[in-house]
Amino acid sequence: MSEPMGQKVLLSSKEINIILHRLACQLLENHLDFKNTVLIGLQPRGTYVVQRLDKILREDYGVKHIDVGFLDITFYRDDFRRGDKTLSANQTKIDFLVEDKKVVLIDDVLYTGRSIRAALTAIQSFGRPLEIELLTLIDRRFSRHLPIQPNYRGRQVDAINDEKVKVMWQENDGEDTIYLIDR
Amino acid sequence: MSELSVKHLLGIKYLKEQDIQLIFETADNFKEVINRSIKKVPSLRDITIANIFFENSTRTRLSFELAEKRLSADVVNFSASQSSVKKGETLIDTVNNILSMKVDMVVMRHPNPGAGIFLSRHVEASIINAGDGAHEHPTQALLDSYSIREKLGDVAGKNVVIVGDILHSRVALSNIFALKLQGANVKVCGPRTLLPKYIESLGVAVETDLRKALNWCDVANMLRIQNERLDISYFPTTREYTQQFGVNKVLLDSLDKEIVIMHPGPINRGVEITSDVADSKQSIILGQVENGVAIRMAVMYLLASKIK
Repeated sequence: MSEPMGQKVLLSSKEINIILHRLACQLLENHLDFKNTVLIGLQPRGTYVVQRLDKILREDYGVKHIDVGFLDITFYRDDFRRGDKTLSANQTKIDFLVEDKKVVLIDDVLYTGRSIRAALTAIQSFGRPLEIELLTLIDRRFSRHLPIQPNYRGRQVDAINDEKVKVMWQENDGEDTIYLIDR
Repeated sequence: MSELSVKHLLGIKYLKEQDIQLIFETADNFKEVINRSIKKVPSLRDITIANIFFENSTRTRLSFELAEKRLSADVVNFSASQSSVKKGETLIDTVNNILSMKVDMVVMRHPNPGAGIFLSRHVEASIINAGDGAHEHPTQALLDSYSIREKLGDVAGKNVVIVGDILHSRVALSNIFALKLQGANVKVCGPRTLLPKYIESLGVAVETDLRKALNWCDVANMLRIQNERLDISYFPTTREYTQQFGVNKVLLDSLDKEIVIMHPGPINRGVEITSDVADSKQSIILGQVENGVAIRMAVMYLLASKIK
């Protein structure tokens, strides 16, 4: 497939699949049966990653049940009223308490770390977790504004600030591909 | 659309249909928030809101204050009965004095229609009208429509009858604007003396037979007889009003279909509705109160995001 100008494929569908399986295995290694672990995908795009991982863990590795939730961080962001646009929220769906649970926050791209900072605050509304880990599919290193690092990373990318990492999913965008785009 | 078309919430009249939808979508998220074990979000932590009430209110004021606190805003309360207004200060002076203390948003209830509009032209802050005389009460109408949407899935195409004192009711006027904007069919029902002349020009139908009105509607919004606003006798006795325009369980059960009963509160039990109706499964009165907090959080969040 030919690529539009200023856009290159960072990861293909096959590579994404391999990485997701590797991340699933790493989670499995640390959390075994997921009895005391919950996976929380950050809205909007972390929800795709968490649903894929949940599916892989259950179907390919025989994990019986995993508590999966979606967390929206809009009301916890630190850039409210600082941009031109009103920040619109997405649905939060966490049907369990995280009190004394191991929480794995899951997002697609880790960039400045500000979303994760907001998520760390937001998750407290659902109890006091035993510990919190972070899993991201793409880690844009050298671009952090806060001292936040992932425990599990899919691929590390040295993108410069003018570039954008775009993650496409079959269920939403019709293909599994990650692009690096010149802005 | 992701932002409101207005800077103030002065009345439903000034809103567009998309504004209402945006408020509802945002309220959905806040409704989830206020049902968590920790019900607070830090969104408005650098916003200060003054609640200025020149007229008595318990529920609306409490609901606004709770909504402000759940959004982490700083709140100052002011009621006219304990203030310099009694000493002869003008509205603009009162509010400007409060704004000098760096207040970003004003929630105001005032006995004079148009007080919020007047204020919005003279002061810098964002104004939310919490009721201005017999004019508008926009957040009440929003929470009423939101409750209908929650109960029946949609507001468009639904038949809604507003029963009672339409003449003096800001809830009725705001509701008419909101419901028409969303494509509902609206009837008003009450004693002729309490139905304004030319009310049909707002696109609503008039019905004076309560049973007919109830048989037509999906939702009945029962207004309170506001004795404090009735300067002359509009109907012979409260007892007679109740006989003609009060809803009791026998009447409710004899209808062709199951309708939803709403009431903006406070209820005069035994006057506009009986206790067994207010507490029946068809009544969503307490749901309206819960939704009020979510709606007011949504309105303040969306307006605050326009303060630079």
